[in-house]
Amino acid sequence: MIKWQLGTLAELKPETPRVSSLYLDVPEWPGHLAGQHVDVRLTAEDGYQAERSYSIASAPEDRRLALTVERLDDGEVSPYLVGELRVGDKLEFRGPIGGFFVWQGQDERPLLLVAGGSGIVPLMSMLRHRASASRKPPARLLYSSRKFEDIIYAQKLARLAAAGDGLSVHHTLTREKPSGWTGYTRRIDAAMVKDVAWPKDTTPAVFVCGPTSFVEAAAQLLVAMDYDPRWIKTERFGATGG
Amino acid sequence: MPAMGFISRGFRGRRRDVASSARVPPGQYVVTDFPVLSAGPTPRVNLDQWSFSIEGEIDEPKRWTWKEFQALPSETVTKDIHCVTKWSKLDTTWKGVSVDTLMGGVETAAEFSTVFSDGGYTTNLTLDDITGNKAWVAYEFDGQPLDPEHGGPVRFLVPHLYFWKSAKWVRGIRLQKEEHPGFWETNGYHIRGDPWQEQRYWGD
Repeated sequence: MIKWQLGTLAELKPETPRVSSLYLDVPEWPGHLAGQHVDVRLTAEDGYQAERSYSIASAPEDRRLALTVERLDDGEVSPYLVGELRVGDKLEFRGPIGGFFVWQGQDERPLLLVAGGSGIVPLMSMLRHRASASRKPPARLLYSSRKFEDIIYAQKLARLAAAGDGLSVHHTLTREKPSGWTGYTRRIDAAMVKDVAWPKDTTPAVFVCGPTSFVEAAAQLLVAMDYDPRWIKTERFGATGG
Repeated sequence: MPAMGFISRGFRGRRRDVASSARVPPGQYVVTDFPVLSAGPTPRVNLDQWSFSIEGEIDEPKRWTWKEFQALPSETVTKDIHCVTKWSKLDTTWKGVSVDTLMGGVETAAEFSTVFSDGGYTTNLTLDDITGNKAWVAYEFDGQPLDPEHGGPVRFLVPHLYFWKSAKWVRGIRLQKEEHPGFWETNGYHIRGDPWQEQRYWGD
């Protein structure tokens, strides 16, 4: 079986008011593919346990394993990970898990990544992996957030896009925009997808991750652009979770 | 096991009441909404072209149109469901046709099956796991037609196994003499998926 192991929290980095990245030192990490996740298990003193799945944010070649976790106020595990856990604490988990929603660097097709909210996390693993690859397919990210301060990895994404290696990042804000904002300011729609998505004759590799309603909308818009459904890999999470 | 005896410092957790905890398999937690998980876009199905088939190791393959399927004897069942992503939902009510009804009169040497869906999804199930009042082909959830994102118009329902076995947008059952791992079963997930034995991934 995929064995349970302990990692040590080496760094805790706030990404937004509700979201933090956990950087873990893991002595026996077997390696992972960009897009995979881990199962985290918390154990109370009386033996009570709670398990949840979290996407891996780090690239396979990164020194530390990174998870990026959104704190859900009514959650059981996420308020512990973002709020209670301190640098030096140990965290139990197993992985990597999932063999489908993965991007491998040797895939030469143009890459289209579509993220809603914390759905950016597994896509960030892909972008980090791409950034360190010797050959990089052109890539576009369309990322929907509620407000400017909710954008996860805002500066990291800006740096990746500024590298001039064929990545473009397109943000949309669905609730509030700051003054001077030049990105989109609406929910994902056909015109936005048409602006950002690769022409279908390029047969892109597409990864869509976010809340269910977002993923449903994005995937249907791409299918309506005559994308072959087999190009589109999705990962969804409901309002519940962790 | 290096993790044996590990305590998460400062973790208390939210406890389930005793009544429901006996109904929740290890590693699962109870939700009240209905999360959606699928690997690709939701197929849009034209009911005029829809059919359900039983094929493979069977002398005369069976096939029902939408109208014929609706006319089959149906059952309404209330079951707990368990998704491998950790959520369980208790007391879900479904209406559909028992696989026993569909398999009525079928003589087959098959011990295995592949359940297949629009969009290309497949999952493998032993015949033992889908017969004997254990599996349904469901078209209503909670008294309403099944939403496309939850597998409508018709999904498989095998509540005693992890919910990926309950294939959405199902179109038929292929009877087989050998076991052919399906979509998730070739992507790291357990060949059978019994939640009470926590058979989530390869090797569990």
